[in-house]
Amino acid sequence: MSWGVRDLTVRFGGHPALAGVSLDAPDGRVTGVVGGDGAGKTTLLRCLVGAIRPDEGEVRRPDARRVGYLSSTSGTYPDLTVEENLDFAATTYGVPPAEARRRMAEHLERTGLAQARGRLAGDLSGGMRQKLGVIRAMVHRPALLVLDEPTTGVDPVSRADLWWLVAHAAAEGAAVVLATAYLDEAERASWLVALDDGHVLAEGSPDQIASGLSGTIRTASERPDGEMAGRSWRRGARWRVWTPPGAEDVVPDGDVVDPDLNDAVTVAALIRELELSNERGGVS
Amino acid sequence: MWAMIVKEFRQLRRDRRTLAMMIVLPIVLLVVFGYAASFDVKSIPVRVIGAAAERLATALPDPFEVESVDTAAGRAEAERALRDGEVPVVFLTSETGVTVLLDGSQLFIATSTKAAITALSERAPQGVAVEVEVLFNPDLETSAIMVPGLAAMILLFVGTIITSLGVVRERQAGTLEQLAVMPLSPTDVFLGKIAPYFVVAAVDMTVVILAGMWLFDVPFRGSVLAFGLGALLFLFVTLGLGVLISSVSENQGQAIQLALLLLLPQIMLSGLIFPLSSMPPGVRWIGYLLPLTYFVEIARGIMVRGAPITALWPLYAYLAVIGTVVFGLATLRFRRSLAPAGRGRSEPEPALEGASR
Repeated sequence: MSWGVRDLTVRFGGHPALAGVSLDAPDGRVTGVVGGDGAGKTTLLRCLVGAIRPDEGEVRRPDARRVGYLSSTSGTYPDLTVEENLDFAATTYGVPPAEARRRMAEHLERTGLAQARGRLAGDLSGGMRQKLGVIRAMVHRPALLVLDEPTTGVDPVSRADLWWLVAHAAAEGAAVVLATAYLDEAERASWLVALDDGHVLAEGSPDQIASGLSGTIRTASERPDGEMAGRSWRRGARWRVWTPPGAEDVVPDGDVVDPDLNDAVTVAALIRELELSNERGGVS
Repeated sequence: MWAMIVKEFRQLRRDRRTLAMMIVLPIVLLVVFGYAASFDVKSIPVRVIGAAAERLATALPDPFEVESVDTAAGRAEAERALRDGEVPVVFLTSETGVTVLLDGSQLFIATSTKAAITALSERAPQGVAVEVEVLFNPDLETSAIMVPGLAAMILLFVGTIITSLGVVRERQAGTLEQLAVMPLSPTDVFLGKIAPYFVVAAVDMTVVILAGMWLFDVPFRGSVLAFGLGALLFLFVTLGLGVLISSVSENQGQAIQLALLLLLPQIMLSGLIFPLSSMPPGVRWIGYLLPLTYFVEIARGIMVRGAPITALWPLYAYLAVIGTVVFGLATLRFRRSLAPAGRGRSEPEPALEGASR
């Protein structure tokens, strides 16, 4: 049995924030929830830990003592030191003091926070604070570790430390669910659920999602005109154009490229957008 | 500068509570100061006892209002009635003269009584000696009645303002949601949250009382235990008020505004500064709804007059009732702050919810 949610629907003021979303989080796996702002990532994670009651659907989570959660607002006390923050969590979760000290020492050492153990959390940099938040969330070896955008606004070195913590938690057997807005980072997860406007766009391992893209992707130096404009997007200095299976596009100086995760999720969002506009066109 | 003014107006318009406070507060202040702020004592309830009680009772002019007459009672009964706070003034009569016994813990009534007696004794028949005796606070020292009042005010401040900030800070820092999903019951969070403030308030109050006794010779005549029980009940109310305020406030600014809105009438209408008997009945009744009114009475009664708990028990009972209501509301609101948000199907699948491997 794994943790997760099934057919989850949450409405805020009549508008569905999540519409029939399912997610499985088996032990030892890092499951990424990826999507832009307002996609429903935080709502999904809050349902998973029990901070929101869903309107429909079921939630499978362990007892509160075995859940670790880092909310998007960091969740550490700025007026407590690093050590005091961790002490509070360890005591609340009933971690034996010796075990708590051992874990704290290991995690603080590995993530470069050992020197800062006496500093107030409010005086830490954003990256250090996020690392503290994750260490706090996993101080009791949770069965389910839920992290809401732990790497947002964090420098690359701290990000590597954070991913070490995530991998370590999974290696200890935790089911890790992690939300991120960064697709490049999402590739580190073993399983991904891509959300858009409360709907699941794509699901699978990063490779499965990338290879599951139908049609072809070309690069272009300029944004194409006409109907193709709606199927193109900027990526770095160049543009990319998606051609659905069976369609013929003429893209000047367009080279066909192997789609990656970024392309696959973008195309999935495009397809959904086109379908929605077709539906709206059909109604009117 | 224009852009700055427009920005401020826009922000003010969004902050409805501040806007409401700016309108409500002057009205509250006007009512409080206009009606309640009065040191004038218009009527003085008295008890007349002793051999010539009936004769004197019929002869007493305004502002004295005779509450009861007892020809059989003597000085011991007079002192007991004053100590227990039944009346502020007792006329103890004998065939040869009148002794007016005053409760020194009721400063303004005692002063007014003294003035009225001076005027009256000039008109007294020859051979009748009128003697005034102030009990409990013979020099009518203000500090003797202000220190117990201040002790009450400190409990109110620490209990209400500091507690309300403590909880709302948690909400602002985003840690309240974290607490909600941790293995802590709302009661754990609630009691854990108020325990430190409880200790600080108790220490604060002890320091103020000891300093008052040492620096201003304020007496402490009654039972420390009875005082402690009253303080405990009052803290129960103020801490509940603090949590209630914080549970309906989004940020520290709102919490302070709301706390002030609740504190100001208590300080003005509780009898701490202005005597309740000087207020018009409408305003006085607001005073009777406020917890500080009862604790000021208890503190002064025990410290200055040495009143026993048996005489003050209705005040304890009122505090207990107010405390139960406030604490009940605070606990309900607090539970709601910690409960999962969202409506519709209220509970996820019970068989799966909380399952553990």
